[in-house]
Amino acid sequence: MRYKNYVMPATLEEAWTLNQKKSSRILGGTLWLRMSSLSFSTAIDLSGLGLDKIEDTGDEICIGCMTSLHDIEVSNTINSLCGGAAREALRSIVGVQFRNCATLGGSLYPRFGFSDVLTLFMALDADVELYKAGRMPICEFAARSHGRDILTHVIIKKRPMRVCYLSQRNSKTDFPVLTCAVSELEGRMFCCVGARPLRAARFERAADVSDTEFAEYVQRSATFGGNMRASADYRRHIAGVLVRRGCAAIRRDSK
Amino acid sequence: MKLDFTLNGRKISDEVTADTVLLDFLRAHGCYSVKRGCETANCGMCTVLVEGRPMLSCAVPAMRINGKNVTTLEGLQAEATEFAGFMADQGADQCGFCNPGFIMNVLAMLNELNDFSEENVRAYLAGNLCRCTGFASQHRAIAAYLEYKRKVGVAQ
Repeated sequence: MRYKNYVMPATLEEAWTLNQKKSSRILGGTLWLRMSSLSFSTAIDLSGLGLDKIEDTGDEICIGCMTSLHDIEVSNTINSLCGGAAREALRSIVGVQFRNCATLGGSLYPRFGFSDVLTLFMALDADVELYKAGRMPICEFAARSHGRDILTHVIIKKRPMRVCYLSQRNSKTDFPVLTCAVSELEGRMFCCVGARPLRAARFERAADVSDTEFAEYVQRSATFGGNMRASADYRRHIAGVLVRRGCAAIRRDSK
Repeated sequence: MKLDFTLNGRKISDEVTADTVLLDFLRAHGCYSVKRGCETANCGMCTVLVEGRPMLSCAVPAMRINGKNVTTLEGLQAEATEFAGFMADQGADQCGFCNPGFIMNVLAMLNELNDFSEENVRAYLAGNLCRCTGFASQHRAIAAYLEYKRKVGVAQ
């Protein structure tokens, strides 16, 4: 990765205007970007905009896009709401030093096909705030094309929830072979499956189906792919196991 | 571009190109403990403390640390020497290439964690790779070091 100019804008409007040029890139933690051979004109650093905070606004938890993954991992505000699912989802991402560099916005905006972070926040039914497009559910955001907007915040609505985050990895701290988060929100149960290795997708459990039937539904409905870590068939098999385990854990929690 | 920050307690002011990463800047300023052991931000050898937090200097744009405090092993000689003694006692030094990054993260861990269970220690240090050993000797050294720190009242 090479760039000619580095700018730390004083306002989001300035950052957005700079980012409308195809030769500009917004920097997150630069952990993924740095491995590319990209050469661009202007690097935009949002570090000066105070977007690195986790704020409890009463009804919601509002997380700035420059908040590090480690801050989210150790946040009592977030983990007490979701039963430690954030800690579980993030703790296997390389190491503490990496997670101190990696940012929430940098992890979500590219909708990586290997993302623990996207899987987690879809399971929490979070909203994202884009500077121009405004607030929208993260599932809608995940399905959109990248565009040149700026993700400023992720917002979790405070309500009773039960969440179980699971992942399968070939070795600790490696990319996940599969991510699976089962959540129960206001009487509805969802399963988010990511690292398929496609971007995470969410499935809702119909009433009156068993754990096994729900797992089979996810296995049938989700698209799985193969790469150097695992085949599509292996991922489909693992998805069935993790969905059943997640459902069982949610049920145990509710007793 | 003009970069001003504090390195190991000393004010630094220098010109950098826009895309300089912190690791290269630090090595150019004599901090040879900071090393690039991989090209994928996975090995932990370039670990430095930015405002007390352990970070991978290979991934941090140098300009992002403008106005901040950066600490490398060169700035923590007393603490590093103390811990290195426990590493030596266990024969944990083999090629030694990963030691500076490992020691930096151990010192960061001491500041951040309250519960030094083996599980927590292993999780905290998972981002420091050693290709000579199986980590057992390092963890014996850490256990002995933590016990020593408990006795002198630093770690609980």
